[in-house]
Amino acid sequence: MKNFSGNVLFLDRSDINTDEIIPAKYLSEVTKALLKPYLLEDLKLSGFNPEKDIHGKSVVVTRENFGCGSSREHAPWALELNGINLVIAESFSRIFRQNMFNCGMMAVELPKAVIAHMFSAFSDKETRIESDIEKSSFIIQSGDQLEEISFGISSFDRDLVAAGGWVEYADSHY
Amino acid sequence: MGKTIAQKIFDAHHVDSPSEDTYVIRLDAVFCHEITTPIGINDLVKRGKDRVFDPAKIKVVIDHVTPAKDTKTAIQGKMLREWARRHNIIDFFDIGRNGVCHALFPEKGFVRPGFTIIMGDSHTCTHGAFGAFAAGVGTTDLEVGILKGVCAFKYPGSIKIDITGCLREGVYAKDVILAIIGRIGVNGATNKVIEFTGPVVDAMPMEGRMTLSNMAIEAGATSGICLPDMRTVEYLWDFIKDEYDSREAALEAFNQFASDPDAEYDSVIQFDVARLEPQVTFGYKPDQVKSVREMQDTKIDQVYIGSCTNGRIEDLRIAARVLEGKKISDGVRGVVSPATSHIFSMALEEGIIKIFMDAGFCVTNPTCGACLGMSNGVLAPDEVCASTTNRNFNGRMGRGGMVHLMSPATAAASALAGHITNSRLFQL
Ligand code: SF4
Repeated sequence: MKNFSGNVLFLDRSDINTDEIIPAKYLSEVTKALLKPYLLEDLKLSGFNPEKDIHGKSVVVTRENFGCGSSREHAPWALELNGINLVIAESFSRIFRQNMFNCGMMAVELPKAVIAHMFSAFSDKETRIESDIEKSSFIIQSGDQLEEISFGISSFDRDLVAAGGWVEYADSHY
Repeated sequence: MGKTIAQKIFDAHHVDSPSEDTYVIRLDAVFCHEITTPIGINDLVKRGKDRVFDPAKIKVVIDHVTPAKDTKTAIQGKMLREWARRHNIIDFFDIGRNGVCHALFPEKGFVRPGFTIIMGDSHTCTHGAFGAFAAGVGTTDLEVGILKGVCAFKYPGSIKIDITGCLREGVYAKDVILAIIGRIGVNGATNKVIEFTGPVVDAMPMEGRMTLSNMAIEAGATSGICLPDMRTVEYLWDFIKDEYDSREAALEAFNQFASDPDAEYDSVIQFDVARLEPQVTFGYKPDQVKSVREMQDTKIDQVYIGSCTNGRIEDLRIAARVLEGKKISDGVRGVVSPATSHIFSMALEEGIIKIFMDAGFCVTNPTCGACLGMSNGVLAPDEVCASTTNRNFNGRMGRGGMVHLMSPATAAASALAGHITNSRLFQL
């Protein structure tokens, strides 16, 4: 199973689309590894600098409808290659969310108010999230400020994460 | 309680439910193109699973960048070609016989009412115009589709959009869908199917229905479905005439999936188009929509007519009616890409290509081209394109470029004027 804990990258915007996560011009790559340097290259978010801000982060926390737009699985791959296996948002586009679990990664939805709280309490400082998948909870921590947040994912999503993705799951089940 | 068309299709294709509302469904077709498939093929090979569930149900095209523009895209084409050959996939469409996937596959008769279809392409929802459940998926879903012929979805809830009124002259399916997305938002149908119904849809040719369904994803929808009717049967007749005694018999068979009158919808939206004016987007999201009148005089550098949204013969005919005998503005580059080879030859025969060329347009071969900024009309930073495509995302047609989405009629009129403007077909 992948690592779902680490430092948090806060992206304070809704509707971040897949062209922003990984621009179409890189879709001609047939090797995943080459996507790594281009994550969030075209993100429209004031003050965001992909070269500085992504480094060392393992979890993304963002707002509504993350990953809308194209079906490209290059978006989760680009995240994964940068060590980010967990995105927490108010909501996701269907395809992006499915792609994450299909790759054995996690896209977890939390209520708007909880996300808003995470932003207001933590987004301006260095923050870590520890995931406990069995207990369905996150520990979010910055300095001596520490909170536990519980989340829900379906048993099927859990199985996909455990199996390492949908290809292995489907080939052994169908 | 009755069921929607999407639910009936799911029931008829159900294989397994690994968790309560997850449905693993059997697929009738898996479509593939050269951008998202090769990386999946690589992965399957690496896993020692280089197999296909049924070569006859896999349809393959090279469409996004064709002819190849560089070594990388040439390799993508080569991988797809070799894979199709190695697995005896007969329906493989290479340059000279190819076209934009969502225009080509219906034209070849690969879609039927009641079908389940996936493709590694978000605009796969286009095929819902035929009363199919068709959804875009990522590479892993595509791999499993290729390998096992199944895909997992949530059991679908639907939003019914009942489109009433009478479209004014100069107002088209594209204006309708832009206005709908403007109303419900880019997230308005996430995880749901949009069912388009009502007299406006009934009166639309299949081309218009495909334009509607094509952009369902821009409101977040899994699929956009139109109920099959006599127009659907008529469009498919050449491909199905050996299977049914008559058109009526075909329609009766297709109607087994039609939504029940008491089907339950997550919501029902009444959309009256009687006063609808031509629409255009203004920002970087497809729900940022205004009337053309409000955007009048926005200067443009390029006009692009093509794509799976509006590169069909109907679209070219409409644009040609606006352009006939006129010249596009000096400051504007016009690019038209007929969506398939067949559309290209029809346009040639009908004199449409000549009209475009006389007006000063560059005519390209069938390809996705400028639509996704990979070839054939990439914008320079700060350039503006009036486009008949479906996405105005930041950077979509080239870094720093701005895309305004609109109908072919509006795009053609804007090409003549040099700025965004209403077509002469539309009298206020
Ligand atoms: S024309 Fe554009 S939207 Fe349609 S399949 Fe091609 S790239 Fe995608």
